[in-house]
Amino acid sequence: MSPEPSQPGGAEIDVAYVAHLARMHLSDEEIARFQPQLGQIVDYVRQIQALDTSDVEPTAHAIEIRNVARADTRREGLSADVAMRNAPQSKDDFFVVPKIVE
Amino acid sequence: MSNYEPVIGLETHVQLGTSSKMFCGCATDFAAAPNSQVCPVCLGYPGSLPVPNEVAVEYTVRAGLMLGCDINLYSKFDRKSYFYPDMPKNYQITQYDMPLCLAGAVEIDLNGDSRVVRLRRIHLEEDTGKNVHFARTSGVDFNRAGTPLMEIVTEPDIYSADEAMAYLQALKQLMLYAGVSECNLEEGNFRCDVNCSVRPVGSDALGVKTELKNLNTFKGIHAALSFEIDRQLNLAASGAEIHQETRRWDVDAGITATMRTKEDAHDYRYFPDPDLAPIVLAREQVDRWRDELPEAPRARRVRMIEQYGIPAYDAGVLVAEKAIADFYEEAAQSSPNPKAVSNWVMTEMLRLLSERDMQIAEAHITPAALAELVGLVDDKTLNSNSAREVFGILFQDGGRAADIVEARGLTQVSDEGLLDQFVDQAIADNPDSAGDYRDGKTKALQFLMGQVMRLSKGKANPQSVQELLRSKLGG
Ligand SMILES: [Zn+2]
Repeated sequence: MSPEPSQPGGAEIDVAYVAHLARMHLSDEEIARFQPQLGQIVDYVRQIQALDTSDVEPTAHAIEIRNVARADTRREGLSADVAMRNAPQSKDDFFVVPKIVE
Repeated sequence: MSNYEPVIGLETHVQLGTSSKMFCGCATDFAAAPNSQVCPVCLGYPGSLPVPNEVAVEYTVRAGLMLGCDINLYSKFDRKSYFYPDMPKNYQITQYDMPLCLAGAVEIDLNGDSRVVRLRRIHLEEDTGKNVHFARTSGVDFNRAGTPLMEIVTEPDIYSADEAMAYLQALKQLMLYAGVSECNLEEGNFRCDVNCSVRPVGSDALGVKTELKNLNTFKGIHAALSFEIDRQLNLAASGAEIHQETRRWDVDAGITATMRTKEDAHDYRYFPDPDLAPIVLAREQVDRWRDELPEAPRARRVRMIEQYGIPAYDAGVLVAEKAIADFYEEAAQSSPNPKAVSNWVMTEMLRLLSERDMQIAEAHITPAALAELVGLVDDKTLNSNSAREVFGILFQDGGRAADIVEARGLTQVSDEGLLDQFVDQAIADNPDSAGDYRDGKTKALQFLMGQVMRLSKGKANPQSVQELLRSKLGG
């Protein structure tokens, strides 16, 4: 899938839409309450836009680390029966989920 | 059929041939028991931390170099958010705006012409799990989740189903040459998403596209694309609208059908993965990998035609698989008769390999032994039947050709006195055939030759036998 641009930061957050994306079921009352709260958070973060960052290299990370990697070696994982202990429901060592319709 | 033409772009997921997964040490074996290759990282447990496999990064860069890409010395991992049962974290780790490789190209050959399919990018990401379907529920196996994949994205540069096939075949060959993937289609190492649209001929703009998801055989891709192109050309010709949507290829019905329309298209909310540090490659390292690239198959083919004086067709067959071409070149370099070496590899070798479903590395014959065998035929120590027998033994058990010839007493009989005796006996034993030949039935000569070969236990020099028979029968 080729990337399509996400909504730029700074645009107002549509709580109902974001809740839908996050599979959260919010009541109308909750949406009404969270909308201004999220707006306040965005406004708080927006203060950073007042700074002159023209000389600052954009970064995706706050700390200066790079190239944390591992060798291509195998490590023992979990056995299927241990993995299944966290499954709400299992069958033949598969995690059982509601029917997937493709 | 109309004044519309199809425009196609491919996104190919190539599974990297690493021993462990992308972000954890779990095995990547195919067809293991369900959920037997899992751990807290690839099951997406809270608090677990991914650590990138350095060989997966290296393989992606090597692949990019093989395809002539620009390598980004600085790249990073991002989260692509979506919900699906085979994605335990509810996001996939991928590369969004800073992939490892940009641009590049794949040269394709079609009907004697060659042209270039431009690439847009290659990024590294993790695979999802697999679903199975029960009567009223579905089951998820996370063995595949977290397996490293390269996604190789073309520009919309492909104009027919045949071109798409030619591209995929060339890409597969290049990835095998680069040694970064097993490219095993049956095991899903090579899976395609296809973007297809049509536009008026001569237009530069792209039409509304549909996406065909998760095609995993070349035949399926060709069939699905052929159907989809026809469908869109028909719609365009009748002036109907084409909708942006994801379509599924229904193998049994032989049609594509709507899966998802644009209205519920995903909004993936990409953002940098805070758990993963950026990858910064040293230019010297990338240069070293570039220096280590194998010769590309197209260039190799041209060189082999020139260097060994073999036909273009032979060279094409030999370079198709790197290991075969390597074997051939090693044998050809130690033989004064590279064309004969090529004949052996193209006929006996490929036949035995395919009959026994083997890789060339599993055969016991060495390039040196093949070169020696060719020499024994050329100096007339062996006739072609015996040579085939020796090849079979070398293939099966290895060893030196001369030793096998000696142990089996296969040295060709060219001794005039002995051959004379065999020929006289064959004529005396088969007066009818001899008469037939004298009466002009040339076929009878073949029969008499067979008799002589039998008397010599297959070791007679067939050319000498034929000459002797002809002179004795007055042919
Ligand atoms: Zn794992």
